[in-house]
Amino acid sequence: MEVDPNIFRLAIFVLAVFVGYYVVWSVTPALHTPLMSVTNAISSVIIVGALIAAGAAAVSDGAQFAKGAGILAVALASVNIFGGFLVTQRMLAMYKKKDKPAKAEG
Amino acid sequence: MSANLAALLYLGSGILFIMALRGLSSPETSRQGNYLGMAGMALAVGTSLFLVELNGLAWLLVALAVAVGGGAGAIIARRIPMTAMPQLVAAFHSLVGLCAVLVAAAALYEPAAFGISSGDSGVELNQLKLLSLVELALGTAIGAITFSGSVIAFMKLQGLMSGAPIVFKGQHWLNLGLGITVGVFIIFLSASAGDNKTAFWIITLIALVLGVLLIIPIGGADMPVVVSMLNSYSGWAAAALGFTLQNNALLITGALVGSSGAILSYIMCKGMNRSFISVILGGFGADGDAAAATGPADRTAKQGSAEDAAFIMKNAGKVIIVPGYGMAVAQAQHALKEMADALKHEGVDVSYAIHPVAGRMPGHMNVLLAEAQVPYDEVFELEDINSEFATADVVFVIGANDVTNPAAEDDPGSPIYGMPVLQVWKSKTVFFIKRSLGSGYAGIENPLFFRDNTMMLLGDAKKMTESVVKALD
Repeated sequence: MEVDPNIFRLAIFVLAVFVGYYVVWSVTPALHTPLMSVTNAISSVIIVGALIAAGAAAVSDGAQFAKGAGILAVALASVNIFGGFLVTQRMLAMYKKKDKPAKAEG
Repeated sequence: MSANLAALLYLGSGILFIMALRGLSSPETSRQGNYLGMAGMALAVGTSLFLVELNGLAWLLVALAVAVGGGAGAIIARRIPMTAMPQLVAAFHSLVGLCAVLVAAAALYEPAAFGISSGDSGVELNQLKLLSLVELALGTAIGAITFSGSVIAFMKLQGLMSGAPIVFKGQHWLNLGLGITVGVFIIFLSASAGDNKTAFWIITLIALVLGVLLIIPIGGADMPVVVSMLNSYSGWAAAALGFTLQNNALLITGALVGSSGAILSYIMCKGMNRSFISVILGGFGADGDAAAATGPADRTAKQGSAEDAAFIMKNAGKVIIVPGYGMAVAQAQHALKEMADALKHEGVDVSYAIHPVAGRMPGHMNVLLAEAQVPYDEVFELEDINSEFATADVVFVIGANDVTNPAAEDDPGSPIYGMPVLQVWKSKTVFFIKRSLGSGYAGIENPLFFRDNTMMLLGDAKKMTESVVKALD
């Protein structure tokens, strides 16, 4: 008896939803805006799909379309990846503790 | 690279993303968390580049796309003012949505490249399995809703479009009808083994319209929920495509982002004491003008000057500042920090109280205060500081209104009755900066204005705060 690989994927997904649930509840409310910008950046991991499409051997009309869509998607995802992580970093660098002289940012 | 190794690396990237979010549990670990997120992304992209055999031209085009897109993203990230974060996040969500649509389309048109053809040769090479079709149809539908919904949210937040809710008769039935139509076309697409490309585009088109219709009835003040909700949608779109592409990094990320957005939406709804459904159905604040006009005219509010405020605060022992969206609009956070510093110099204990739905997105006020270099351990959430108001000498309300409305606690007839509010009226004196004596977003009058211990400081939040700073010198 073989288990359908799709069941494994479903299992990973469901467990990840639970992990997400507990991890996100532990995020301090002060960092909810950086949370949104960083989740935005990481959801751009959809670029992996875009790269596959961009790498399609352009032998048919369908493949050429896929290639074009893929390259456009790579560009859009890149905006998000660079923009999302960098703006998060910029925000997080601003959060400082009380009465500590400005020290070098880690 | 073997497919198994790639799958393991994608798993590793998913774990790095989990740790990135885990880092946000405190400001100290958050910066490291962000780096872990970047590492996760680099791992996922690197793995894909190894896996995909790009030829010379494709390499060039991909490099160009990354350079142009990444460059634009980096410039935006550097230049964007912190007050514009809500619209920036909305704009970024729209890009994720559009990416999902493009990737789904690519998978449909060239399944062989994704290894999801239903067979190895002939016609079957260009056809897909039923399950893959359902997944990618869902991916494009959610992606398209995220895209157009985020564009509308962006326009509302950027002021390109009125923040007022747009409602019309039969709106919700229309949305339901469109939703069902999407479902029907998903069945058509699936039944055609992927040959029915028109069905795919109809799904996408209807979902685009649906995204617009879902967001237009939601008013400006409910934007924190909208932004969180679109965050969640972008996650589910990614997850749906994670199933199609059989990619663990996408699956895990989609699940994380989806649940993150859902939790934030829940927190925002709870902060307003409204159900998620009622926010989605929208229309809140539509008849605000009518409600405002009925306010009793016989009561008078006490007005004060910046000098009065400066004098009283200087002699206070404890001052709590309550910022709201008006502070963001007036860009008053830096002036506010100066005022707090001047007060601290006089030996006054200063802290900040933040309501969960203050501003236009979750955590909006915290970021603005952090930008003005307010230490984060002086900033408190509602449940942590609400008991402190009774011991405060002065509460300084700047740009907030409804979140301080006592009617939410003692007037069962008020539209916001039951909403958790900051109990500012328990302090000895309340200073309330406001442009005029008008009502808040929901058109609800705030009885706080007419209390004996409230003094209104009428004027622009930034200018008024600057005058207070001047008077403190």
